[in-house]
Amino acid sequence: MDRVLETPLTADDINSLKLGDVVYIKGIVYTARDMAHMTVRDKLEKSQNLPVDFQGSAVFHAGPVVKKTHTGWELGVIGPTTSVRMEPYAEMVGKLGVKAIIGKGGMREGSRDAFQKYGQVYLQAAPGCAALLADGIEEIQEVHWFDLGMPEALWVLKARKFGPLVVTMDCRGGSIYEGIKSKAIKTIDALYQPA
Amino acid sequence: MTAIDSLYVSNIQERVIRLGKATRELDVSEVTKAVRQMCISANYNVPEGSILALKKALETEESSVGKEVLARILENHKIAREECLAACQDTGVAMVFIEVGQNVKLIGGELYDAINEGVRQGYIDGYLRKSVVTDPLFERVNTGDNTPAFIYTDIVPGSDVKITVAAKGGGAENMSGLRMLTPAAGVEGIKKFVVEQVAEAGPNPCPPIVVGVGIGGTFDRVALLAKKALTRSVGSHNAHPMYAKLEAELLEEINKLGIGPQGFGGRTTALGVNIEFAPCHIASLPVAVNLNCHVGPHESVIL
Repeated sequence: MDRVLETPLTADDINSLKLGDVVYIKGIVYTARDMAHMTVRDKLEKSQNLPVDFQGSAVFHAGPVVKKTHTGWELGVIGPTTSVRMEPYAEMVGKLGVKAIIGKGGMREGSRDAFQKYGQVYLQAAPGCAALLADGIEEIQEVHWFDLGMPEALWVLKARKFGPLVVTMDCRGGSIYEGIKSKAIKTIDALYQPA
Repeated sequence: MTAIDSLYVSNIQERVIRLGKATRELDVSEVTKAVRQMCISANYNVPEGSILALKKALETEESSVGKEVLARILENHKIAREECLAACQDTGVAMVFIEVGQNVKLIGGELYDAINEGVRQGYIDGYLRKSVVTDPLFERVNTGDNTPAFIYTDIVPGSDVKITVAAKGGGAENMSGLRMLTPAAGVEGIKKFVVEQVAEAGPNPCPPIVVGVGIGGTFDRVALLAKKALTRSVGSHNAHPMYAKLEAELLEEINKLGIGPQGFGGRTTALGVNIEFAPCHIASLPVAVNLNCHVGPHESVIL
């Protein structure tokens, strides 16, 4: 039986997630990448309102392909972008109440700290599987900051069953990326002479 | 007719014959059509070499999560092909490598305008993502049609025009690296740099990846060699046996890193290593690494 988390996500939802768990999301997912994060930061600095409520939200580091239709928007394909580019915003995103960050490649120490402090998790979506992932999205509800360009805008997606997503960083400071990286570096030390 | 007169006449005749034989006119609208088509097709249809390598990896992968990921990737690529969808949402910047035979006369417009028009039409008509901004630092305004294309032109012998379109995604591109090694570094130094680069990239370039390696040339040339290496099929080998051997060894050693599909661990970190090399200065041993994800769209056509 697939595990489906429904937004808004609660502290209990997040606490229950362990590294390696596979989950799906039902409900609202926001997309945000470099420019949307920068715009949020600017607005907060100027004490301006944000167009969506990030409390309990799932934020997807993604730049989708979207078609304009007579009635609104239609999702073409969607997939994760490299999350580490959003690392500088770790504290801001935590404070906003974002509970799940979805992307690829994981994040660094600042995010690990924020995940523990604010009770967040990181979920990896399959990269390069954009046709498959789009299947789990029911519709596009709205778009904000379209002037940033289609990939960079903040899209509000309604998910029927978005995933599979793998818990790769939890709210207790755990990260599957750490172990894999240190093993890779040890392998290099064994394979080659030091320069 | 004097001897000089006859020489003059034969020279003229020879020039006329050569011109008549050799000059071939090509309307640049043909270039637009080909570029448009390849932008769409390359992004919908993951190259056959990569699919074969993924299928092989599915058999050899030992990690169960890795196997699952590989199966899902293959399913995605099948859906993309069948339903005419981009296999990855990042349909990249359009790299266009064009080899123009020196006997070809291009007519009907400007070559680079024709290429950019092909990219514009392809990315709009194919519903591909537009991922180019005007200015890298200050404006960062999306150009809206994925132009300009990133064009490299070579003049080659003959009367053909060969065009290669490679859609280069940002995630893998950001994990590139270049180092100006010196001759003492040797094969060991090259290997260590390449493998370290892959380890450092970790899960970010969407493994399983294809590793493009440039060796030799100059600072600028070596990067281009690495990029051109990625336009070669996965599973092909450098024609030079020593470099082909180095490709095989690097692939084996990269796949000992344990990064695995999606970076979740496993033996399939890379599907292939392609090396291109060039002569270089006596003091230098430049090396560059340019990565592609498992989608790595590229196609070629000869006009």
